[in-house]
Amino acid sequence: MTTQTAAGGPTRTGSPLDRPSPPRQRSRRSRAYSSDRPRRSIVLTVVMCAVLLYFLIPLWWLLVASTKSNANLFSTFGLWFSSTNSLWVNIQTVFTSDNGVYLLWLRNSLVYSVTSAVGSAFLATMAGYAFAKYRFPGGNAIFSGILGAIMIPMTALTIPTYLLFANAGLTNTPWAVILPSLASPFGVYLMRVYAADSVDDTLIEAARVDGAGELRIFFTVALRLLSPGLVTVLLFALVSTWNNYFLPLIMLNSPDLYPLTVGLAQWQATAAGGSGSRALFSSIITGSFLSIIPLVIAFLFLQRYWQSGLASGAVKG
Amino acid sequence: MTAADVRLPQGPPTTPTEPVRRRGPSPMRRRENAAAYILITPFVVVFALFIVVPLVYSGYLSLFRDQLVGGTTFVALDNYTRALTDSSFLTGVGRMAIFLLIQVPIMLGLALVFALLLDSGVLYLQRFVRLGIFIPYAVPSVIAALMWGYLYGPDFGPAAQIAKNLHISAPPFLSQNWMLGSIMNIVSWEFIGYNMIILYAALRSIPSELFDAAAVDGAGRVRTAWSIKIPAIRPAIILTAIFSVIGSFQLFNEPNLLRTIAPNVIGIDYTPNMYAYNLAFINRDSNYAAAIAFILGVVIMVVSYSVQLSTQRKERAAR
Repeated sequence: MTTQTAAGGPTRTGSPLDRPSPPRQRSRRSRAYSSDRPRRSIVLTVVMCAVLLYFLIPLWWLLVASTKSNANLFSTFGLWFSSTNSLWVNIQTVFTSDNGVYLLWLRNSLVYSVTSAVGSAFLATMAGYAFAKYRFPGGNAIFSGILGAIMIPMTALTIPTYLLFANAGLTNTPWAVILPSLASPFGVYLMRVYAADSVDDTLIEAARVDGAGELRIFFTVALRLLSPGLVTVLLFALVSTWNNYFLPLIMLNSPDLYPLTVGLAQWQATAAGGSGSRALFSSIITGSFLSIIPLVIAFLFLQRYWQSGLASGAVKG
Repeated sequence: MTAADVRLPQGPPTTPTEPVRRRGPSPMRRRENAAAYILITPFVVVFALFIVVPLVYSGYLSLFRDQLVGGTTFVALDNYTRALTDSSFLTGVGRMAIFLLIQVPIMLGLALVFALLLDSGVLYLQRFVRLGIFIPYAVPSVIAALMWGYLYGPDFGPAAQIAKNLHISAPPFLSQNWMLGSIMNIVSWEFIGYNMIILYAALRSIPSELFDAAAVDGAGRVRTAWSIKIPAIRPAIILTAIFSVIGSFQLFNEPNLLRTIAPNVIGIDYTPNMYAYNLAFINRDSNYAAAIAFILGVVIMVVSYSVQLSTQRKERAAR
């Protein structure tokens, strides 16, 4: 649904084809056009299922491989199960090796991503709403600055941020990963587009007439209307922090603070370095498999949001 | 990197959403301004601290050199001239340019075709297909690189196993000549679905009046896709293109992970980002690393901006 606001909003406001229609009813009717009239094609479906195999086979391999012992990884065919199921043993190894550090990584990933996602989504929602609904001195200039920042590469920021944090004594603490993730210019952009569409000006006026203060209007009236957009920004921020590797790699030294991505990469470097007399490969594979489960589940929930977002054209949530 | 002249394709940010009342700042107006400033302040503070300040600091750092003998000295643009003649850096940028020119069109082309197919409703199992293609996006790039590294690998990768049973040799995915293609494959695997969803969402929001007109004109399905749907979602296509440009030039995770299994193929300067990382944290030359990161940022901005300009020009020519 982020995508809906990302793509749908702009199409509405800046389309090359000027069209007079109000955006509200289009979605239903274009859907009626698209899926009621066409003849479904078996050939195309088969082709797409072949395409789907490309996307799913690696994950299938990961599932199968995480049920195998280290020896069976090498001696049995990768895309099918071996006769012995070692999944449970592997899971136990993952959670107990290096004094159970994997569990710490899992907790860190959760803490970092949930904190940054909630924080950045709220900051972006407040700012996006203000940019959409108020015209105030300097507003456009600040917003242009924020838009421009979308294109600044992370690299240009991460190394100097590290040096600044080192001076402030913040490196190798959770803050080093959380604080930089709070600034999400793209989130502000999305919420501005979303707020412009989903919060009716007349509603704000009505609340003003009733004597509500501006901030009260935001927190009691607008926030509720903005919540689908907020949840979307939140979920995508969650994913980007959960998947982040570069920032924590640079900021953190002690394995106890690593998120899953950095920790697993570390295991991989040890195993590939040849010093792994332990059954490291199966641990890495099983650890990887376990680490993607929370996100896949989150996306199944997220799916509901983007489905409903799509159905309503992401206009009224 | 002035922010003001960078525009996203969605049109100017200045579109007023509220009629302007020009009567001087009334008390009510002042209250609204105050509320607006209160609402943007938390973000602006974070933005200033973690984006503006590091950026400025990076520019400042890049003007100095830190040596064992003599300490830190101001060297003006020396780091930049050094970077522009540094073959490690230039080769890395060139490699990323090749990557961009090949991988991005393939990825976005496939994403667009899939999105159009899903939107036109000619498939069975649509929901399943859509979700299946999207799901790799949920896999962290580190895990994706790890996994594909094993899949490519000669030890227990399925390709190698099948080839062995057939008594042929498997493609050397991790060799010098194949590596860039192998990385392109990983990145495409991760992001085709994500881009597809953006484009699909844009397609869903095209107003139906356009199709009615096309139907009256007797346009076929492919014709409709080509001359109505694709032009209508041009802003979304440009958006995905720009994000892909930004992502490609910053490539780090995938090659850095594959380096653990193919250290002879992927050097520390394989991508500009890896080079900057190694300069800063292995060589401890953060001044030079800052200059490299800055130039890379400028390259990204220039390329993204020219993507926008070229499409705008096409648009104007089409009218």
